Amino acid sequence: MSILAVLEQRAGAWNRVSFETLAAAQQLGEELGREVSAAVAGAGLENLASELGGHRLGRGYAVDHPLLENYTADGYTLALGQLIERIKPFLVLFPHTYQARDFAPKLATRSGRVLLSDAIGHRVENGGLVMVRQFFQGKINADLRFAGEPPYFASLQAGAYRADRLAPGSCPVETFRPELEAAQIRTRPLEVFREAETTVDLGSAERIVSVGRGIREADNLPMVQKLAEALGAELAASRPICDNGWLPMERQVGSSGQTVSPKLYLAVGISGAIQHLVGMKGSKTIVAINKDPEAPIFEVADYGIVGDLFQVVPALVEELEKRK
Amino acid sequence: MTIIVCIKQVPARESHLRPAGGWVEEADLSYEINEPDAFALEEGLRLKEQHGGETVVLSAGPARVVQTIREALAKGADRAIHLEHENPRAFSPLETARFMADAIAGEKPDLVLTGLQSDDLGYGHTGVILAELLGLPHATIVMQVEVRDGALRVKRELEGGWFQHVEMPLPALLTIQSGIGALRYATLMGIKKARTKEIRRVPLEAGPGDAGFQVERVSLPARSKATRLFDGSPQEAAAQLVEKLKFEARVL
Ligand SMILES: Cc1cc2nc3c(=O)[nH]c(=O)nc-3n(C[C@H](O)[C@H](O)[C@H](O)COP(=O)(O)OP(=O)(O)OC[C@H]3O[C@@H](n4cnc5c(N)ncnc54)[C@H](O)[C@@H]3O)c2cc1C
Ligand SMILES: Nc1ncnc2c1ncn2[C@@H]1O[C@H](COP(=O)(O)O)[C@@H](O)[C@H]1O
Repeated sequence: MSILAVLEQRAGAWNRVSFETLAAAQQLGEELGREVSAAVAGAGLENLASELGGHRLGRGYAVDHPLLENYTADGYTLALGQLIERIKPFLVLFPHTYQARDFAPKLATRSGRVLLSDAIGHRVENGGLVMVRQFFQGKINADLRFAGEPPYFASLQAGAYRADRLAPGSCPVETFRPELEAAQIRTRPLEVFREAETTVDLGSAERIVSVGRGIREADNLPMVQKLAEALGAELAASRPICDNGWLPMERQVGSSGQTVSPKLYLAVGISGAIQHLVGMKGSKTIVAINKDPEAPIFEVADYGIVGDLFQVVPALVEELEKRK
Repeated sequence: MTIIVCIKQVPARESHLRPAGGWVEEADLSYEINEPDAFALEEGLRLKEQHGGETVVLSAGPARVVQTIREALAKGADRAIHLEHENPRAFSPLETARFMADAIAGEKPDLVLTGLQSDDLGYGHTGVILAELLGLPHATIVMQVEVRDGALRVKRELEGGWFQHVEMPLPALLTIQSGIGALRYATLMGIKKARTKEIRRVPLEAGPGDAGFQVERVSLPARSKATRLFDGSPQEAAAQLVEKLKFEARVL
């Protein structure tokens, strides 16, 4: 019973987080003494299949069918379900992407199993597998063990495993042709698109002051705006601020917003949920102002002030102006 | 249209969580509606206003969730189903979804809405499991919903600022992303009316079965990064921070 990594592609290009999942599968395979295989689904996969063959794996599977040209949950679930039925893996791993969120729970349900989603790591204890995931938006860690019989299903948080640990090698790649009919696919995906061009380019900003729900009301935003001005920084925000319409969506940082890596990222009243962190943790210097010393933002912060932002921010503005 | 909205009650956002008894200390927690579920409810109410029919809220949990159900009724939901579930953690997400699916199937809904993810467990999969159990097509992380000629056209959020439209027939299930529309407040009139609205209670008797996975140990995350914290008065802390940013990090 092998470990199967399900990789992700769109229009013939890999989603890079797939390689983290592949590296994790190799690592687990070694630790558990199990063979590792990998699968990718789509239509006309010749190129990806040959790339798949360049990894240290027991076997690769190109799950190839014209009806898999565009991703659909129905198509992927049926196709990968048939592969799982045939190779009966021990553990199926996915990257915790938006696409995996869309079909992996369905695939697991079809096998009568529960997906262990968004895992951040694992340990092997006495030959048994312990998975680590967080609850309460990163405030609590937990060790989990699969229960019942395999196959087990888990998805891995982006950044939890390192793609640069991926071992090269070679493996045979088999083309797996699932049985699919057009009528089984109930959703019709249309083109992917972006909203109108953005007018701010946070990606090239040297300094960013980012504001979160700690600000409480839109009326309090000018205070943070002032801080941004005093620092010569762009103003950005966490998702709830943009959801409320207090700042435009284009100023949102995170997995569904922009990814930024300025010299200075100053987070004001932001808790540091993983979807926010992925958008800014590459910043050179990170500063957090938060009244909660346990806020997950401090996990990535170089400097911090634990305190009330309504006192700290004006004090910072004053200090910066004094030094001008 | 009959629209079912699944709303979960979760610990309030700024709760202090402490590991205890294999999970977290629950004695002092206060609770609120899961944030994306508030947006799912908003969308459910908006669609009813547009297309007629009724919006039914469903919540699985102990007696305390009635408070969250009442708030949803006050905002305009027509009636509610409370799946009484005294010890939610004794059930796996699959079993919880099974209980929910049984209750939902009987309602013959045109549309089932859930949040995309709960703020406490954060699995992000209850909606998708429900769709599979109910035999419905689904779309996740939905930012816009249009109902036209008995079919759906939705806008899905993808990563990194990309979107996609997806079409599907009704009945269907959608998992709603925060920000899909501006949230309404309950009116005084709404609060009054809510008192007379039906809350159907469905006791859950079955015991736990296949768990999927078990929580073995719970802990506070270990800090791997040493953050340099500045204390003292806000003025003192601010002065030290600016000093460091200028001369140590050299980012000013
Ligand atoms: C699929 C998906 C995609 C997402 N995409 C994004 C994304 O792109 N970007 C994003 O940001 N989020 C995203 N989210 C949402 C994310 O999970 C969090 O909900 C969000 O980041 C929380 O924002 P916040 O930190 O501002 O609010 P909260 O989590 O509510 O945190 C507020 C913080 O302010 C602090 N605070 C309160 N009052 C004060 C005070 N007076 N002084 C100092 N501190 C104070 C609190 O201690 C708390 O830490 C996404 C979620 C999902 C499920
Ligand atoms: N106990 C529950 N009662 C009602 N709805 C729930 C419950 N648990 C989960 N849900 C719904 O499923 C969504 C996803 O939850 P989760 O899979 O835990 O992230 C939530 O946003 C809710 O809409």
